[in-house]
Amino acid sequence: MAERILMKGNEAIAEAAIRAGCLHYFGYPITPQTEIAAYMAKKMPKIGGVFLQAESEIASINMVYGAAAAGMRVMTSSSSPGISLKSEGLSYIAGSDVPALVVNVQRGGPGLGGIQPSQSDYFQATKGGGHGDYRMIVLAPASVQEMASLTIKGFDLADKYCVTTMLLADGTIGQMMEPITFEDAEPTVYEKPWALTGTECKRPHNIVNSLYLKPDELEKKNFERFEKYAEIEKNEAMWEEYMMDDAEICVVAFGIASRIAKNAVAEARKEGIKVGLIRPITLWPFPTEVLKAAADKVKSFISVELSMGQMIEDVKLATECKRPVSLCNRTGGMIPTPEEVLSAIHKAEKGEF
Amino acid sequence: MKTTEMLIAGFGGQGILFSGKFLAYKGLLEELQVSWLPSYGPEMRGGTANCNVILSDTPVGSPIVTSPDVLIAMNLPSLEKYVNTVVAGGQIYVDSSLIDVKVERDDVEVFYIPATQMAKDEGISTLANMIIVGHLLENHPELSFEGVEEVVEKLVPAKKAALKELNMKALSLGKNYNK
Amino acid sequence: MAIVFEKPKSLTDAPFHYCPGCPHGIIHRLVAEAMDELGIEGKAIGVAPVGCAVMAYDYFSCDMIEAPHGRAPAVATGIKRCRPDNIVFTYQGDGDLASIGMAETVHSAARNENITVIFVNNAIYGMTGGQMAPTSLPGQVTQTSPYGRDVNHCGWPIKVSEMLATLEGPEYITRVAVNNVKNVKNAKKAIKKAFQNQIEGKGFSFVEVVSACPTNWGMTPKQALEWVESDMLPYYPIGVYKDRSEKEDAAK
Repeated sequence: MAERILMKGNEAIAEAAIRAGCLHYFGYPITPQTEIAAYMAKKMPKIGGVFLQAESEIASINMVYGAAAAGMRVMTSSSSPGISLKSEGLSYIAGSDVPALVVNVQRGGPGLGGIQPSQSDYFQATKGGGHGDYRMIVLAPASVQEMASLTIKGFDLADKYCVTTMLLADGTIGQMMEPITFEDAEPTVYEKPWALTGTECKRPHNIVNSLYLKPDELEKKNFERFEKYAEIEKNEAMWEEYMMDDAEICVVAFGIASRIAKNAVAEARKEGIKVGLIRPITLWPFPTEVLKAAADKVKSFISVELSMGQMIEDVKLATECKRPVSLCNRTGGMIPTPEEVLSAIHKAEKGEF
Repeated sequence: MKTTEMLIAGFGGQGILFSGKFLAYKGLLEELQVSWLPSYGPEMRGGTANCNVILSDTPVGSPIVTSPDVLIAMNLPSLEKYVNTVVAGGQIYVDSSLIDVKVERDDVEVFYIPATQMAKDEGISTLANMIIVGHLLENHPELSFEGVEEVVEKLVPAKKAALKELNMKALSLGKNYNK
Repeated sequence: MAIVFEKPKSLTDAPFHYCPGCPHGIIHRLVAEAMDELGIEGKAIGVAPVGCAVMAYDYFSCDMIEAPHGRAPAVATGIKRCRPDNIVFTYQGDGDLASIGMAETVHSAARNENITVIFVNNAIYGMTGGQMAPTSLPGQVTQTSPYGRDVNHCGWPIKVSEMLATLEGPEYITRVAVNNVKNVKNAKKAIKKAFQNQIEGKGFSFVEVVSACPTNWGMTPKQALEWVESDMLPYYPIGVYKDRSEKEDAAK
């Protein structure tokens, strides 16, 4: 069995990316994700890779766009305000159908906000951020081990569907250390016949582009892209269920919030309350089916979030508002305690929302 | 199920995060589930620092320690801030060279260790933290003192080999304090 | 029959969409001829800007990518760093390169990225219909400076070549024009050198081409070329602003 080592979440992302065959990293410093860049800066020159600190987040995402178009596994990482700056590039990358991995180690917002953990970029990640009709696959790790495994998975999904995968983490999981193991596995290699490699005068030129001035062509392109998104929705939703078998109350939480919620659920179970947890691992595609099914069994839902309530909208949509959904939240870098979540469970049990 | 939640707090520069890392690594070697969570950001630069360490024989849920079983307080503001968060029956380790007040709780076990002074006397003034860690290990059979060399080996970079011995010295001082 | 003149291989058969009298056609051709002559069409990857040349990806027969507004040097950096054996160039206008993309321009030059940048300066935003550019001349009337560019209100035009030449980083900074046969020939030489530099691994090579925009300047093509001579070139003098290798060779 592979050795268990202690690693910071941010470093786990970087190590996993390298193991996934990502030899190109472009970034710009921002707290709380700087360990990723530091790790890459140290490692890349030794393994023949590229680490480049760009002049801005805008430049770095466009370097990613270029490298992705050149057919490489490539990534950038940032935190909330930096992701806003990268959003233009994310839209172009989506519109050009090239694969990339983008990490957002979230901090509190809006504006410059703070540097403490947050989940308030949920809307930005799952509903757009940049302009136009597009989606990104959004993965929400809840442990250092998942920072690594979902990074690898994220590259595979990006390559498989030619989309951006966003790893939506937060400052806590980025900064914390936990034991982690890396399995020895060769990265999966995907054919990229569309890549910019030079024609060698042997094939027609490849064009990577998001401009379609004729509206019927652009519409067609968008419809095609959404067929791809429908495939992703059908095939790629991931979630974890915890004590849901006989649950009457369902807590929904992702990332760091899910770990706090898990403590609260365990506490509540000791008190005999029938409560369980559904943890979305993919935020897009959202695990709609499992929540829809849960809505037929449980009496109510609680959405636990480090935001003013963003995922709660998807919970309501997924459950078609069949059951009440309450919100248990902290924001601005504050984190709810298990006791706060427990008291939300108590309220739900009494039917108070 | 046995879980120990630790909170280590003091000034930046006292090796707060390192102490936490040390304890987390020791836990890892004892095949426990562990988590280590530092405070981060500008407050680290010369201000207060703290970190949360959780050791458990089952997977760690929330990595955030709000009610510690163990508090290490390396300065007065930290003691004042966290003294009442410690669970009843918990332990508080106080660097009594820097903190001249007593803990006014009778439901916790308090260890007063003049670690900063001891470190100074031994010419290892940056290692007061490890003196306290050494003492703590003696009180925690789930961690034990045995095998600390391996952790020191792991955490002290090869470039600073001289520090390894000094860390071992500090740990021993802590171990033998009050014996 | 002997062929005495033909379309460069590095251009596709797609007809240009440019306005009558627009020098973009000339400049495209010069870039394509330089690629043909150096035999790099099969290795070249071009980066199109946002601006009149946005659809350059249809005109050059090498692999092409279309960049967000101003970001072409960053996109080119990403490509070149991954594929150092390919020849990577950007083709950008003044709004793209000197306004919204100035940071990318300056920093790719400072890093001496081994890329070739073709900068077409016609002192106006063409595609959006003739707004003031960062290089519009003092007093120049545009849609957004209808009373003439007032430098007290909106500042002075930026002399990009002069500015970039102050940097330690870049290899080659030059300004050329395409308003007469002699200047076109010299422009071709400069563009070829800018590609040759990249082939030799020398680094960031930048050719500013003073161009014209008859449509948005409100002139006939002939008047526009005359205005380049009478107004543009005195403000933006032709010349080599930096040539590190030549300087080093001279010092030997």
